[in-house]
Amino acid sequence: MQMYELPDASGHFGPYGGVFVAETLMAALEELKAAYLKLRDDPAFQAEFAHELRHYVGRPSPVYHARRLSEKAGGAQIFLKREDLNHTGAHKINNTIGQALMARHMGKPRVIAETGAGQHGVATATVAARYGMECVVYMGAEDVKRQAPNVYRMKLLGATVVPVESGSRTLKDALNEAMRDWVTNVEHTFYVLGTAAGPHPYPMLVRDFQCVIGNEAKVQMPELVGRQPDAVIACVGGGSNAIGLFHPYLGEAGVRLIGVEAGGRGLASGQHAAPLNAGTPGVLHGFRSYLMQDADGQVIETHSISAGLDYPGVGPEHAWLKDTGRAEYVTVTDDEAMQAFHDLCRYEGIIPALESSHALAYAMRLAPTLAKDKILLVNLSGRGDKDINTVAGLAGIQL
Amino acid sequence: MSRIASCFAALKARNRKALIPFVTAGDPDPALTVPLMHALVAGGADILELGVPFSDPMADGPTIQRSSERALAHKVRLRDVLAMVAEFRKTDAATPVVLMGYANPIEAMGHDIFCRDAQAAGVDGVLTVDYPPEETAAFTARLAEFGLDPIFLFAPTTPEARLEAIARQARGFVYYVSLKGVTGAASLDMTEVAAKLPLIRRHTGLPVGVGFGIRDAETARQVAGVADAVVIGSRIVQEIEQSPRERVLDNVQQFVASIRAALDK
Repeated sequence: MQMYELPDASGHFGPYGGVFVAETLMAALEELKAAYLKLRDDPAFQAEFAHELRHYVGRPSPVYHARRLSEKAGGAQIFLKREDLNHTGAHKINNTIGQALMARHMGKPRVIAETGAGQHGVATATVAARYGMECVVYMGAEDVKRQAPNVYRMKLLGATVVPVESGSRTLKDALNEAMRDWVTNVEHTFYVLGTAAGPHPYPMLVRDFQCVIGNEAKVQMPELVGRQPDAVIACVGGGSNAIGLFHPYLGEAGVRLIGVEAGGRGLASGQHAAPLNAGTPGVLHGFRSYLMQDADGQVIETHSISAGLDYPGVGPEHAWLKDTGRAEYVTVTDDEAMQAFHDLCRYEGIIPALESSHALAYAMRLAPTLAKDKILLVNLSGRGDKDINTVAGLAGIQL
Repeated sequence: MSRIASCFAALKARNRKALIPFVTAGDPDPALTVPLMHALVAGGADILELGVPFSDPMADGPTIQRSSERALAHKVRLRDVLAMVAEFRKTDAATPVVLMGYANPIEAMGHDIFCRDAQAAGVDGVLTVDYPPEETAAFTARLAEFGLDPIFLFAPTTPEARLEAIARQARGFVYYVSLKGVTGAASLDMTEVAAKLPLIRRHTGLPVGVGFGIRDAETARQVAGVADAVVIGSRIVQEIEQSPRERVLDNVQQFVASIRAALDK
């Protein structure tokens, strides 16, 4: 498959994507789209974005050869794209800087965001502080309880955290509530959406801001090993870190693109967050894609050990890449992700985020089936400091 | 002529404005929905808006969100809602019923089956909140084939070019959302409404209903001064929520009657 020019003008990736929102939001999305199309082609904006990524985030993030981990796996060589070394500890900030700069150009002094585990909330609160904007973060009441350290981080950064009590009181409900805020305050508010999902133009603009990951890797891999990897591997919740890595590689026919969904307690258990593997197409949060839903079209609750993957939908471009066969989507269970988490800690001295541990776990599964001269590039999308309470809790340890 | 069109024609002949109350099907429980529909009519409703519960009602405020959650706790599905309409139709052949909900339950059922079954049940119009005209031309055409009116929303932020595009697909009546925000938000800006309606009427000859933020008889009366229909949702759902189960029908009927009286003053 060659590179493609998607989404089309109305925001579709084949049958996926689009704009499925109430009329009350249409004008705001039109305004956002017009602003983005202008800024995308504005060299001054792109230079500003690149400057911030370099001096504030610390980019480019390195690519690192995980030699001891590769040896343990016993096959292909595993390389890590170190998004965990970014300011705030994950890839999320690439996108929040891009959107906050957009907000500034559009003259919107207030930003809002949804968050699940709190990583996107922290990344939004961070850039709001950096640019002197008011910041409100919506977070499911359940997640507020589970992720107290990140709630406190956001408050330290000057954000207001609003617990959302509706629905399942998790990420999807936080997203609903952020949309409701946006409808109400659209004149002076910019909605910083955290993943490559939602109504057009969000899947496009979030992807574009995250493509810095894959664009860097495409330069770094030849410098390091003289060629591109045989496969690039990333975890997929909403799918922003994965699309940021995959998209620049679409035209590289020799590079497999592998997205790893949260298999939770196993697909057979029904307790997972793997819409591409076990869901069906539907409409949620303003776009069409694969969705975890029951036979009557109600969205069902998902499960993953990793809060950042615990989402019933997935970005529309991934749905398209799945159907076209250009990307492969697999699952790993909670237990496999935990094993990979511990392996990376012990063999490389890197504590990975539980989200990224899913991508690592699949690399550990794939590597032994391949020759030692094959190369896998795993997106280490975030660091695991935020997860130590969860991991300790599983071991029965109270920190 | 469709039931909605003849309803508006008859009202116009009597120089009356339409009162369109909203309730969520299955709230507070499925057994009360059909009696509630009859109580709304008895209180003076002209057209009924019946909400289809959805797990993620993105455009609704807390009151209607909770009504959706109560209905879903009783596992009320789209097909159950259609069965309720069919039951209502057994004793009321005249009052138009509009379904209001979100795209996904309809997509899960399938457009064709939904249109067929909705027509058979006696549904008259369908308002799918998250189906803007850009995404829904095929579905709109399908609805029309089955004699179902596609109802569309206009917002204060809708630019004039879109008014025209929406008006081309709309049938039955159009629904002007009278404020920026979600259902049940506090205030309605009467000046804004009065200014916007002539602009809408330039693009459509359909009756114009106004809703979102109408909470009392006085506001309803003012809105009726410029609109063809007054839509009241959250305030009625609140009545349902706050009434003991045995008082729900009476309280809702009395509230609707108080609005009716104000409209007819």
